[in-house]
Amino acid sequence: MAYIDRRPGIRPRPTLGRRLDIAARSGFPACITILLMLLTKAPLGIAGQTTLLPAVALCSVWFWSLFRPESFPPPLVFVIGLLLDLLGYLPLGAGVFTLLCVHGVAMALRRGLALHGFLWIWLVFALIASAASLAIWLLVMLLDFRLLSPRPAVFMAVLSVAIYPALAVPFAAAHRSVANPEDA
Amino acid sequence: MIRLSIQARQALARLTLPVLIVASFAMMLLGKADTLLAERARTALADGLAPIYAALAAPLGDMHNAVTEAINLWDMRDENARLRDENEKLRRWQTIALALDAENQRLKASLHWIPDPDASFLTARVVADAGGVYARAVLLSVGPNHGIRKGEIAVDERGLVGRVTEVGSRTARVLLITDLNSRIPVTLETSRAHAILIGTNGPRPRLLYWPEGVVPQEGERIVTSAEANAFPANLPIGAVHYTGNGAPEVEPAAMLQKLEVVRIFDYGLTGVTAPEPASRATPGRH
Repeated sequence: MAYIDRRPGIRPRPTLGRRLDIAARSGFPACITILLMLLTKAPLGIAGQTTLLPAVALCSVWFWSLFRPESFPPPLVFVIGLLLDLLGYLPLGAGVFTLLCVHGVAMALRRGLALHGFLWIWLVFALIASAASLAIWLLVMLLDFRLLSPRPAVFMAVLSVAIYPALAVPFAAAHRSVANPEDA
Repeated sequence: MIRLSIQARQALARLTLPVLIVASFAMMLLGKADTLLAERARTALADGLAPIYAALAAPLGDMHNAVTEAINLWDMRDENARLRDENEKLRRWQTIALALDAENQRLKASLHWIPDPDASFLTARVVADAGGVYARAVLLSVGPNHGIRKGEIAVDERGLVGRVTEVGSRTARVLLITDLNSRIPVTLETSRAHAILIGTNGPRPRLLYWPEGVVPQEGERIVTSAEANAFPANLPIGAVHYTGNGAPEVEPAAMLQKLEVVRIFDYGLTGVTAPEPASRATPGRH
């Protein structure tokens, strides 16, 4: 998560306040992701609420891995995956593996996707979310050794794709302002 | 921090992801090898988060109430008329129930019936959803020294909710009757035939294994059976409902979608609770 400023030019001295500011800005993606994940478990009384947790985790990992990977390193993805497994009552490792794969794909596609707009990124995310839902479904079946209906997996993919814009728009605003260490 | 050359640092950075993916596989194996580990980690996490959820529950509940209040105000007239009708009907049922109760008492007295022991119960607030995409459960916030044990029975004001499966220092997890892992011995109320109620993760659990010659009737009430010593007899669960393809399901009486407060009953039953290695020495409560 260490932010190394490589831009040329003269900067203000790295005082304690400034360093704290940079740390807070670098930590923003991680904090908001974990906070949102915890919030999905609160008794909101929405039907199908249990699926919000993996959907939020998928959207966050995809967005921040694409746009601010220096604040979203693999160990953090691992921790978020572990949180997903524990809070979502998935078999240990299923969420970790899936989110790490999503992160890996996002890192690989980063350069290519940077040239395209929001719609294109959303479209690719639809594919990623479907693959991730399928992966979790298969891993749960494999690790619990039982057959499951594919309906929850489909719902998870659809919900992830549906809530992505609702998360990506405020995330993009944050990405330019509060989560930007260069603004410090 | 150790100083590394830029190449070495880059190589390390590139290695992190594959190493972590391998670690995730190791974690899957670990989770399979030691199932209690995940359970303990989850309980510890739930215990840690319970105060946050408990604090959130009050404003969330207020918000919910405000919304329902607004909706109620909208159709108060219709609601009033409906309630008046229902009240009329219930008053008739009340006289019947009182008469039956009195008769029941007289018959029991003449039979020297051994009364069922009174069960002790605790009331707890549902603070979080403890299920997932592939599980149905709720998390209860219970004070420290609550004395709740695994296998105790959760009931809301209408019917059976589920059983306590995990107990932490401040929380208890209740596996709902709709969960995929839930198996409950039940009795069909009119035919008194036994059957098993099997959760499917859907809103209505399925009814299976009823004896030959008996057919569950549409709308027939389903109650718990004391068989296997896991439940007391005659706790209401719900009513039979046939699906389109002719399989009987049970519409739960409890409002499992919006549980707010549940009662945890201790009937002193130890039927099918898995033995706990940590608390094997604890004596029974009765």
